[in-house]
Amino acid sequence: MNGTFTQSILVISLIKVVVLLFLVLTAVAYLVWFERKVAAHLQGRWGPYRVGPHGLLQPLADGAKFLLKEDTTPAGADRLLYFTAPAITLTLAISAIAMIPFGPTTVHIFGVATPLVIANINVGLLAIFAMTSIGVYGVALAGWSSNSKYSLLGGLRSSAQMISYELSLTLSVVGVLLLAGTFNLSELILRQDGFTWGYLPQWNLLNPILPQILGFFCYFIAAIAETNRAPFDLAEAESEIVAGYHTEYSSFKFAMFFMGEYASMITVACLASILFLGGWLSPFPQTPGMDWTRYIPAAVLAASGVALILDGLRHRSFARIVLPVMGLLLGALSFLCSQPGVIDYVQGPFWFLAKVLFVLFVYVWVRWTLPRFRYDQLMGFGWKVLFPVALLNVVLTSLALVMHR
Amino acid sequence: MTPQLVVFLILAAIAVAGAVSVILQREPIHSAISLITVMIALAGLFLLLESEFIAAVQIIVYAGAIMVLFVFVIMLLNAGTEERTNMSRMARYVGVPLAIFLLIELAYQVGTATLSMTAQPAADGATRGLSMLLFQDFVFPFELTSILILIAILGALVLAQRSEGAPAQRAQQ
Amino acid sequence: MPISYYLALSAVLFGLGVIGFVFKRNIVTIFMSIELMLNAVNLAFIAFARALGQLQGQVFVFFVIVVAAAEAAVGLAIVIVIARNRQSLNIERINLLKL
Repeated sequence: MNGTFTQSILVISLIKVVVLLFLVLTAVAYLVWFERKVAAHLQGRWGPYRVGPHGLLQPLADGAKFLLKEDTTPAGADRLLYFTAPAITLTLAISAIAMIPFGPTTVHIFGVATPLVIANINVGLLAIFAMTSIGVYGVALAGWSSNSKYSLLGGLRSSAQMISYELSLTLSVVGVLLLAGTFNLSELILRQDGFTWGYLPQWNLLNPILPQILGFFCYFIAAIAETNRAPFDLAEAESEIVAGYHTEYSSFKFAMFFMGEYASMITVACLASILFLGGWLSPFPQTPGMDWTRYIPAAVLAASGVALILDGLRHRSFARIVLPVMGLLLGALSFLCSQPGVIDYVQGPFWFLAKVLFVLFVYVWVRWTLPRFRYDQLMGFGWKVLFPVALLNVVLTSLALVMHR
Repeated sequence: MTPQLVVFLILAAIAVAGAVSVILQREPIHSAISLITVMIALAGLFLLLESEFIAAVQIIVYAGAIMVLFVFVIMLLNAGTEERTNMSRMARYVGVPLAIFLLIELAYQVGTATLSMTAQPAADGATRGLSMLLFQDFVFPFELTSILILIAILGALVLAQRSEGAPAQRAQQ
Repeated sequence: MPISYYLALSAVLFGLGVIGFVFKRNIVTIFMSIELMLNAVNLAFIAFARALGQLQGQVFVFFVIVVAAAEAAVGLAIVIVIARNRQSLNIERINLLKL
């Protein structure tokens, strides 16, 4: 391995890291917007509408607010831990996305062929779970270092909840691992290639040996509890315990917790779509007769461009200019995506993002539909219901595998 | 100065600094955090030694569950700061220098041993090979450790219960 | 890279664990020094596993981690009971059987 080879690997990885970091931070900000809009429409109202067209500049306004607020530190707080706790949460939540493969084909950056994943390690799945495990400390230390009873109680409850549901989370994935035989995320996706009876995709949710439906629901519920979201968010809900472990945090440190929560939501949704929904695989068989399905990304972009143009013409303020311009940009992008050179590269990421968006939508939907669990109900559910069900899934999958051979 | 050596030195420095910090900190919670950094550095060293499964298990189980238990107990018991001790003169002037001398001697003897790495790692990948061994040659100790964990859980529950009846039942009424 | 580097690091960590075990007076900190010693031993096992090209070392580390978990659970339960009865975590105050 000569020097220039390692150097080019490092440079390529650095470029990918910078691009992904930028994309993830933007995605986190607009996930907040997405959640507020979906929540609003579920509740029969508009949501953010005034700050920019359709509230699209709301994340910028929120970011400015977070940066400009007064940064307080409670008296008697343990300074070192107080400052590092939100940093731990945010860092680990974003680093977990480094292992996620976005697409199959190798792109050529400056002539070097490289896959669409930053770190294609052989134990990728275990690495993501390792980062989730250490993320518990962000919560526990935040609760402890704030020198406040609500924070301590909330922090202890949140971290106890996180480690309990982490067990069911990892166990519900074991069914998928048994079927695939590897921890490598790209390999896991490739094992889901193929179509039973010619048209039903062989994603792990619909696996021909044993459909992992039980595993998927176990994983999804455990993931909601793991990221401290409703209906499992007793430890940080306003009506319960002020704000739990992040009561005493303000401005940028609170923004780090906030972003960390949404970033771990994105990680969990990406994992769900990789493990159970086939990752970047297209739901349509790639036979010559189905060639038209390769133009779906371009079609979707064109349709949203047209929708933006028509919507922009309804407004009277400067949105009358901005929205049609964005619509035209999307139209140009859609034209670009239907060119033969680009169309292969667009397929994988498009289907992956579509699945992740679907999982995130269900996530937000569940939050604003179901009432909260009480804490003892929550812990009882995690240990007495979810854990045995995950174990049952493992047993059933092993039985199905043995009978299949 | 191969990249491996550089990574090893960085991780070893982090591990030793963390271990020294475990001993020297006054608050137990800071010792716990230092121990967690030692464990993560060790996981990195395991990765360097091509045992990625054990590295992941170290982080998920040791640093992510056992140390969480320690942190919970420290928070619940509000383990206070260590008071300044007056070590006996024997300990201070004879004990500590002897301990440091033992440390240096041990490190020197071990460090100049002549065992070198085999050229390539074990045949199967770490995960596959490890699971083959665990479930074929070592299946009896494996099952025994699962019973051991069960006994430990029961023991911890029984030990930590308050003597005036289970408080959980009172809360459910 | 010669294996002796890893073994030297393991010896240093073990020695630091022993120093912590002997000289600290908070029970939980003593317990953590024990965990440090166990980690040092784990490093030595993995280093030998790699040096000899076998995987038995990794199996043993697996068992060490599992047993350390069980031991930490029971040990910390005992610590909780002691703290409840003696209202102190200083071992110089709990070295008599009489309360």
